[in-house]
Amino acid sequence: METSIERAPSVDRDQTTIYEQLTARGVSRRDFLKFCGWMSACMGLGADGMAQIAEALETKKRIPVIWMHFQECTCCSESFIRSSHPIVADILLDKISLDYTETLMAPSGHQAEASLQDTIKKYHGEYLLCCEGSIPTAADGVYCCIGGKTAADIVREVAEGAKAVIAWGNCACSGCVQAAKPNPTSATPINKVITGKPIVNVQGCPPIAEVMAGVLVHLLTFDRIPQLDALGRPMAFYSRRVHDTCYRRPNYDAGLFVESFDDENARKGYCLYKVGCKGPTTYNSCGTIRWNGGVSFPIQSGHGCIGCSESNFWDAGPFYQRLSDFPGFGIETTADKVGLGLGAATIAGAAAHAVLTNIRKHHEIGEQPGESAAEAPPTPATDSHGKGGK
Amino acid sequence: MHATASSAGAPGFQRVYVWELPVRFYHWLNALCILVLTVTGFIIANPPAINTASEASFSYWFGTTRFIHFVTAYVFVFNFAFRIYWGFVGNQYADWKNFLPLRLAQFREVMSVLKVDILQSSNRPLLAVGHNALAYLTYFVMFLVFLFQVASGFAMYANMSDAWFPHLFTWMTPLFGGDAGLHFWHHLATWFFILFTLIHVYLVFYHDYVEGHGVLSSMAGGWKFLPSSALKSPDGKSWFGGAKAREADDKAGPVI
Repeated sequence: METSIERAPSVDRDQTTIYEQLTARGVSRRDFLKFCGWMSACMGLGADGMAQIAEALETKKRIPVIWMHFQECTCCSESFIRSSHPIVADILLDKISLDYTETLMAPSGHQAEASLQDTIKKYHGEYLLCCEGSIPTAADGVYCCIGGKTAADIVREVAEGAKAVIAWGNCACSGCVQAAKPNPTSATPINKVITGKPIVNVQGCPPIAEVMAGVLVHLLTFDRIPQLDALGRPMAFYSRRVHDTCYRRPNYDAGLFVESFDDENARKGYCLYKVGCKGPTTYNSCGTIRWNGGVSFPIQSGHGCIGCSESNFWDAGPFYQRLSDFPGFGIETTADKVGLGLGAATIAGAAAHAVLTNIRKHHEIGEQPGESAAEAPPTPATDSHGKGGK
Repeated sequence: MHATASSAGAPGFQRVYVWELPVRFYHWLNALCILVLTVTGFIIANPPAINTASEASFSYWFGTTRFIHFVTAYVFVFNFAFRIYWGFVGNQYADWKNFLPLRLAQFREVMSVLKVDILQSSNRPLLAVGHNALAYLTYFVMFLVFLFQVASGFAMYANMSDAWFPHLFTWMTPLFGGDAGLHFWHHLATWFFILFTLIHVYLVFYHDYVEGHGVLSSMAGGWKFLPSSALKSPDGKSWFGGAKAREADDKAGPVI
């Protein structure tokens, strides 16, 4: 079975539609439509979304894809190829569209470089550039070089002829762990290196496979960049907080909180807010699409969200504390500790000032000459100036 | 405490209507809002685990706490907007131009207040009919923190609301790298209000204790009681609340 699918691609992949290539590889009409329906549901499209996707795949040619790897761990690729649906990874991208990717392609060395240059020339202005990883800019970018060229040079060169750019994962979107303080290599997200191209930030460490597939299918189906939020993330997957889609949310509203990971409340599945869950500040689809084909997600497994689809989530820690530490005051100094310290200093200052006032201004304090009750003029003498001093 | 007043027996005091009713109303509603926002804010940041072993559907106290926070935020915003409006139509002591020491006279008064009231290197009396210039400046800084709290708060709230108003502030989120940064700074800025309140209340007591002009009660009735001699300055009609005090100062020679 496997071999027959492998042997099938005798069709010219530039001349035939995606649907034709899929069926040539043994995908049934039924499976194809199931995939379209499933993608449509993931993307939150309306009732006709499935038909739109099916029509697009039936009528459109493939999009050539160049998939680059820079400062990253390849967990985005790992996530993607583990998508629960075979069409996504094995067929849609890997065997149909992918023209260059360091980790999955057969050629290496000069052959690989030649295939990259071929793709850039042949599909100039048409191909999609997918980037995994951040770009180091310190020391002229020597911290990440491929084939003798720096990541910054490569990405600029490849992006120049790209139709659009997809930044996969937190590395490409905001630098992830290598951009955490002190960021020794000046790891820089893609959107700060490339200008003048539409860039989609598909956040997460890694992004959910279905989200990655959904973004690709959206580009394929609608031929335009999906609606993005203020941080460049597709609204279809990143418009709601993990908190808003969390099945433990009723516990939050009811004030039922886990206080430590080994307490009775943790066993009962209460909200993980107080043990540092970053769900309330994290935008992702973990609560709805979940992971590994919808099996689970971190909160369901009893661990708080660490906020991996947000910028600087490594520095916004600790992971098991609600608010970040206050910078510059050492470990475990929260804003509240700083505030309490300043409050105590303020009260001490006010008390000292009060003492000083009684010493320096003692002539002005209390009864002054002519102010004793005995000396007071008969009323209403003090009102002689009349009312309304406006 | 004025030499002229005390030597002549009972000092001649005049009742001056400084704080109009809308200003007083704003002040106390604002104080109430800040109290409610601070208390609910700290509960939201670190809720006590008061419920255990109950079904989530039985209770909604944390949701209610957040609701109170959000509703109070709206009251706070519109109350603040009203105060800005009143800075244009209110009396000379409420005027918006007092809040920035752009004129030399205002700047000099700031320095005088620092010498007389804060460092107490000088004992010469200072008389401000409205706030003194340093107080006005402090309130201006406080207004900036108000704006920050409003913008950061509504930027965080925007994703829970379809209303247009919170969405005016969504530009804040990218500036802070995401919601987590907003939460952090929103939380930190709350401490400004706590420190402000400590100093504010202390200084009101201080001024009433030392000067005896009824500043503490002025925010209830609107009147201050000021030496009539100091009020009878030649022009008598300056828009700047502290100007009369400064003129009195100039006559008495420079502050040491």
